[in-house]
Amino acid sequence: MLLLATAISLGPYQLAPGDLLAFLIAKATGAASPLSAPAEAVVLRIRLPRVFAATAVGAALASSGAAYQSLFRNPLVSPDILGVSAGAAFGAVVGIFLSLPVLAIEVAAFAGGIAAVTIVYGIATAIRGRDAALILVLAGVVIGALFGAGVGLLKYLADPYNQLPAITFWLLGSLAAANLRDLTSLLPAVAIGLMLLALLRWRIDVMTLGDEEAAALGVNTRLLRVVVIAAATLMTSAAVAASGIIGWVGLVVPHLARLLIGPAFTRLLPVSVLFGAGYLLAVDTVARTLGTVELPLGVLTAVIGTPVFLWLLAFSRRAAWS
Amino acid sequence: MVLNEPRLRIEDLSYGYPGNVVGRHVSFSVGAGEVLCLLGRNGEGKSTLFKTILGLLPPRAGVVRVDGGLTTGWSVRRRALTFGYVPQTGGGAFPFTVAELVLMGRTAHRGPFSAPSIADRRAADEAIATLGIGHLAQREWLRVSGGERQLALVARALAQEPRILVLDEPTASLDFGNQVRVLEAIRSLAESRGLTVLLSTHHPEQAFACADRVAVLAGGELLEIGPPVEVITSDTLRRCYAVEVAVLPVANDRHRVCVPRSYLS
Repeated sequence: MLLLATAISLGPYQLAPGDLLAFLIAKATGAASPLSAPAEAVVLRIRLPRVFAATAVGAALASSGAAYQSLFRNPLVSPDILGVSAGAAFGAVVGIFLSLPVLAIEVAAFAGGIAAVTIVYGIATAIRGRDAALILVLAGVVIGALFGAGVGLLKYLADPYNQLPAITFWLLGSLAAANLRDLTSLLPAVAIGLMLLALLRWRIDVMTLGDEEAAALGVNTRLLRVVVIAAATLMTSAAVAASGIIGWVGLVVPHLARLLIGPAFTRLLPVSVLFGAGYLLAVDTVARTLGTVELPLGVLTAVIGTPVFLWLLAFSRRAAWS
Repeated sequence: MVLNEPRLRIEDLSYGYPGNVVGRHVSFSVGAGEVLCLLGRNGEGKSTLFKTILGLLPPRAGVVRVDGGLTTGWSVRRRALTFGYVPQTGGGAFPFTVAELVLMGRTAHRGPFSAPSIADRRAADEAIATLGIGHLAQREWLRVSGGERQLALVARALAQEPRILVLDEPTASLDFGNQVRVLEAIRSLAESRGLTVLLSTHHPEQAFACADRVAVLAGGELLEIGPPVEVITSDTLRRCYAVEVAVLPVANDRHRVCVPRSYLS
């Protein structure tokens, strides 16, 4: 909450924390706003949507990463490594390229994400008997690259004055353009995904044992896998459609959460949601306040995420499973 | 339930994978409270047979009956409420605690969205106490010894409250003391709870210690089945493992020791 308030206050148009509090109280009680009209516009139209978008995207990426990691029994996978982000980005770029409405872009993003994870999982299943964890990661990287090439092709073909800048800036990962309309499609998708994962949290634990063992314990593994992948991919796609590819959050946050509180999804999910939301909110606030020019969010998360992940890899106490 | 039907009946079962049938026309039955021990050389398909009985693999031919009823078409949940399974290697690679792992045995007892109830937790605690691993409950699964893991997996299968317990080489990675303890635990579970137990092992002597009957698989067929003292003979072991073994008596009538003949000369 404190982070939320700070994030709303900070920016080119500074607000005193007291003013924000007074404004919120006034709004809640229906009294006259103590803020000037431009200040109110900044808070309602720009800051609030952006702050909520950052929170939702962070929560979505972190929790879908946690779900993929448990489901694929592989702590090294994440929405971006599995190629889901690239697939969703490709779908969204196709949508932008064809000048489709926002909802259609979201559907295209979801279709792209599902296609990517299906192909990656299909490859990993087909090449059995060798290091399954490695194959899954490599398949994800390869398929991600393929969808990346598709995005490149569309950028090449896109209208250089209108579409290309939009695609490029959005792909770098940014919440600068987040507005209320984005929120109305982002928030429900994240809410549905989170709810499904929360409901299935005990079954997701059992899935980490592997298909045969989970089935012997009474889990309908095929159905559960489809539902969990759909939920995680829905969240990832919605996040990608709203903010482009923001890497590393879905990998580092659940990994870190698992180190702190163990692998049980009942605890892993809420902690991932909180960490993911808080982390992305903090990074986004830094991104737009650090310099005179706003830094792309995806660039910043990568700069932070890479060393953190390397550190985890090198010093993880529970490295036995990687 | 049909009266006088054995708890588990395997009828003319062929098992294996598409294009690779490893065992054919196997028939036997196991009663309530009875322990059946399965012997057979490596690659004989003991694990495949178990997985087919559990319904994890579809039978190539033949059927599996429980209390006289066909298990064909059973739901995953119904199977899990009937069969408890202790795989050769299991437990996954995530650092759950032993208590969390045993609690997973209760999965089939609740709906897909439900959290474990107090009854579920009590059943898991009881299973842990029965196997005498209470001191491990809060330890991390990946950080206990191989023998302790095996005990935890047996506890998980017990928490499942099945009628039939299937154990795939439960003593494979255990030291001598833990082997004895696991077999004694299995034996007493069968006796005290009327559990039907099906287990495989590579040590013929273990069959004397824990089994009512022994089944020997060789060449993809059931070679012999019967009480240990009748089935485990030099002749059977030669046909099963292709080694010359002397089966020698000990002070009581139930047990024998198996010594390769080359050791005796």
